[in-house]
Amino acid sequence: MPDASLEITVADVQHLAGLARIALEPGEIEHLAGELNQIVDSVRKVQEVATPDVPATSHPLPLVNVLRADEVGAVLTQQQVLSGAPDQQDGRFRVPAILGEEQ
Amino acid sequence: MAGASTKDVLMDFDEALERFEPVLGFEVHVELSTATKMFSAAPNPAAPGADSTVPNSFVAPVDMGLPGALPLVNAEAVRYSISLGLALGCSIAPSSRFARKNYFYPDLGKNYQISQYDEPIAFEGSVEVELEDGTTWVVPIERAHMEEDAGKLTHVGGATGRIQGADHSLVDYNRAGVPLVEIVTKPIFGAEHRAPEIGKAYVATIRDIVRSLGISEARMERGNLRCDANVSLRPRGQERLGTRTETKNVNSLRSVERAVRYEIQRQAAILAAGGTIIQETRHWHEDTGTTSAGRPKSDADDYRYFPEPDLLPVEPSFALIEELRAALPESPVAFRKRLQADYGFTDAEFRDIVNAGVLAELEETVAKGAAPAQARKWWLGEILRIANARGVDAGTLVSPLHVSELIALVENGDLTDRLARQVLEGVIAGEGSPEAVVAARGLKVVSDDSALIAAIDTALASQPDVLQKIKDGKVQAAGAVIGAVMKAMRGQADAARVRELVLERAQS
Amino acid sequence: MTDLIRWTAAELAERLGAGDVSSVEATRAHLDRIAEVEPDVHAFLHVAGEAALTRAAEIDRLRAAGEAPSPLAGVPVAIKDVLCTSDMPSTAASRILEGWIPPYDATPVARLRAAGLVPLGKTNMDEFAMGSSTEYSAYGPTHNPWDLSRIPGGSGGGSAAAVSAFEAPVALGSDTGGSIRQPAAVTGSVGVKPTYGGVSRYGAIALASSLDQVGPVSRTVLDAGLIHDVIGGYDPNDATSLQQAWPSMAEAARRGAAEGSLAGVRVGVVKELNGDGFQEGVRSRFAESLERMAAAGAEIVEVAAPHFEYAISAYYLILPAEASSNLAKYDAVRFGLRVDPGRSTTEQVMALSRERGFGPEVKRRVILGTYALSAGYYDAYYGSAQQVRTLVQRDFAAAFEQADVLVSPSTPTTAFRFGEKVDDPLAMYLNDVTTIPANLAGVPGMSLPIGLAPEDGLPVGLQIMAPVREDARLYRVGATLEALLEAEWGAPLLSRAPELGRPVPVPGFGTEPDGGTR
Ligand SMILES: [Mg+2]
Ligand SMILES: [Zn+2]
Repeated sequence: MPDASLEITVADVQHLAGLARIALEPGEIEHLAGELNQIVDSVRKVQEVATPDVPATSHPLPLVNVLRADEVGAVLTQQQVLSGAPDQQDGRFRVPAILGEEQ
Repeated sequence: MAGASTKDVLMDFDEALERFEPVLGFEVHVELSTATKMFSAAPNPAAPGADSTVPNSFVAPVDMGLPGALPLVNAEAVRYSISLGLALGCSIAPSSRFARKNYFYPDLGKNYQISQYDEPIAFEGSVEVELEDGTTWVVPIERAHMEEDAGKLTHVGGATGRIQGADHSLVDYNRAGVPLVEIVTKPIFGAEHRAPEIGKAYVATIRDIVRSLGISEARMERGNLRCDANVSLRPRGQERLGTRTETKNVNSLRSVERAVRYEIQRQAAILAAGGTIIQETRHWHEDTGTTSAGRPKSDADDYRYFPEPDLLPVEPSFALIEELRAALPESPVAFRKRLQADYGFTDAEFRDIVNAGVLAELEETVAKGAAPAQARKWWLGEILRIANARGVDAGTLVSPLHVSELIALVENGDLTDRLARQVLEGVIAGEGSPEAVVAARGLKVVSDDSALIAAIDTALASQPDVLQKIKDGKVQAAGAVIGAVMKAMRGQADAARVRELVLERAQS
Repeated sequence: MTDLIRWTAAELAERLGAGDVSSVEATRAHLDRIAEVEPDVHAFLHVAGEAALTRAAEIDRLRAAGEAPSPLAGVPVAIKDVLCTSDMPSTAASRILEGWIPPYDATPVARLRAAGLVPLGKTNMDEFAMGSSTEYSAYGPTHNPWDLSRIPGGSGGGSAAAVSAFEAPVALGSDTGGSIRQPAAVTGSVGVKPTYGGVSRYGAIALASSLDQVGPVSRTVLDAGLIHDVIGGYDPNDATSLQQAWPSMAEAARRGAAEGSLAGVRVGVVKELNGDGFQEGVRSRFAESLERMAAAGAEIVEVAAPHFEYAISAYYLILPAEASSNLAKYDAVRFGLRVDPGRSTTEQVMALSRERGFGPEVKRRVILGTYALSAGYYDAYYGSAQQVRTLVQRDFAAAFEQADVLVSPSTPTTAFRFGEKVDDPLAMYLNDVTTIPANLAGVPGMSLPIGLAPEDGLPVGLQIMAPVREDARLYRVGATLEALLEAEWGAPLLSRAPELGRPVPVPGFGTEPDGGTR
């Protein structure tokens, strides 16, 4: 497991930018690494009180079982679906060649 | 990387099994046949009868990740998932949750997949599968979880239609959001030389289960049921598991068997030569029966799962779970025992049907009105022969309804067996229903006696010596005339009737 | 300036109902005001113009036929650009969504339209609602009508500036960590973040799904209540929407104003939200408002919320984490900006488009969120933050045992100058220290003006918080205090704001990203 107390390096930011699909420029990466270290140093404070006995809360209100009936409702027209497309062909969105493979 | 590698060195299967122990694992994705998608009210392309051939016409805002759109959980999909979990012998989680699996890919409208991570709806079960020799094998189930399908990519330009070498790709989000249950097995130990068979039987059993539950069309050729096969080997005596590969999208029963066998032989050859197995996904090539290297597992597999904040936990009540449990159909194994008795098949007859993977088809054919013996004859005979010749599953060739119609035509005397085989060819070629093929090809048996009599009289007139022999009581001489008449009728006559008429005319 | 634009929504509704004024007149007056002051304020990213007048005329016809869809029919309203509108671009102030027109209305917008309100346009904001100053808008900042060299707060600076500059009587905002309440405080207006789930999030461009909440922005507590009543309530399109009957917030406000007394109300002062770092004038005005409430019969009690000091850290983990995922959809495939230099792969086009399409704060938070969720760090960061969320909720629960409502200054300081914090993320984040706990716990909060800080003459806001589902308490107590203050001032606070619409020099400001929009 990575050590959460370590500094965030330029290489880390590079990796994160890859995961987040942002083509950061070298200067930006360096700048961000500095800022992220500052921010993370500060927000690391949460660990002081996050003891194992405290449960996590992911939703502000504890609702459960909010389900939808299996009934067909509004659907977009093909024209609506494609209305904002940067590029399209034959009723589909067109993208340049893909390098990676499906997950 | 260029397509299928045919350069893999393979070790002989038996030798591989002597030196290594195979450990299997399967991930099967089942598309549920609910009316709507998992998280939107768009119609579900995997619903019975849905026609989603027009691209991007089955899309709600959330399916294509439009800003501001929100997901809503399909209650029916939850019920289907619980039923499936119960049929797999799983415990149903008192509280389960959706999570986001984050990765960028153009077929993923939001660039995250809503799935379940550490809190799946069903966990810890087992499935009994029947093997070819009639014995059963228990496959342990780790979990079954709900998630959504991705859209469909078409790769354009480039020779193979595959992603490599394509110039660009086109995205259709019709399939995005189709409800899926992913069933994950625990490692399967001890399969040994039966590993390929167990893989095939397991997937067939999952198919039978979801069909009997009525929660999926389970048509593998349409992608309703998709299998990823994990295979690893470890040297005899070693405790630690070997490195596994994950062969993706093995989408027919035959292919499951072949892919497992192939990976065992390939990995054994590498290990025996002192090499190491790379943890990677592999692609299955139906045409060559081989696998090729895909994406290695890497840092990029950091999916950054976290609880889906747009959705709330699913906490099925005890009453709901018990209601669904009570409604479960009998298990495929029990069901088969009952069916065999109903149909009056011997053990061997029935096993042949199961092993050919056409039980469900046969059952439906009988349900549509055919006699079990006739249904068995066609599915195990002509249809299976064509399927094997083409290397596909028999069920993909023709529908049970059409087979039952074909059988009815034979029973009514409209077709001879020989004609029926021609009609079947037409149906498989996509020419329509048996009736339509009969009409279009003009294959109906000529049952109009006057046409037959005319042909007989012509034949008798041209063979006066034969006519005399018949008149003299040498009935077997009629064969020559019958042959000539059948030829003249281009086979579209009932030979028995022709014989009757020949004898009648000869005496008159 | 005509009186017409000075009327509150309630007053305007009354006169529309009485036939003293038409919706076309009211709408035109506000459009004229927008044309007059926008060069200075820049509260809007899009102005509806003719479309608004057409809709107003339609409402006038309906009213003449006795078919006004609601008492508020014909009242103009401004809409934060984070909300989807089917007839106006919806960009969340980002380049990546420039010109994007959604195929649907957000539920709160649809409900305003159904009630006959007339959308005037889309208001400026920090890009994707990330910020506390509106300086991170890709289309240039909004200026505080009280002092054009200062920020109007954020992220909803546009909506707050629009109502406080009399460009619209009411507006919609969204509040993830204070984006309605903090701008209200620094512009002398009123803003409410409802209980999480009280107003539908459907069609609100998501920042952090478990924190976002849409709410009203106005000049009076009653007006906020009127809008809250229209936009609030169960929406089956949002799984987190609360399925319950809500009392009328407007009714609560009217009752509070009429009673003029806080007898029997226990007002809890959160010790941790009034610390040393707070501006002197903010603290003194806050202290005075406590005295005023006590004089009106309130019982003032001090409550402790020991975990609130961890709230901001938890918030700046949860928000970026959720945002990093919510913003992944902006990938140049289906909509929005595509940057394609040619001969590139999809991966490269995605990464380049996001590099060009996102501003610096968005990138910062997306990378931070990616980090907080990445393999091996989840428990240390996101998981711990979710645990702090539990502790903050427990603090609220304990505090609400002792008090009916909690109060604090809405912000630590009055409006700061442009550029002061834009390059110091941590300093910027600290602006929300008072407002964040309510978002983490889902409780409702309101900011209302309580005077001007003596040292700079800028508005100071009071934050009121109530238990979840008890939004009506905010309106009751808020309206009472508002009435008492106005009686003392003799006029609403905003009447003391400087005149706009004349050429005003803007000192020391040259960092606008988009010089063309002013
Ligand atoms: Mg998987
Ligand atoms: Zn899956």
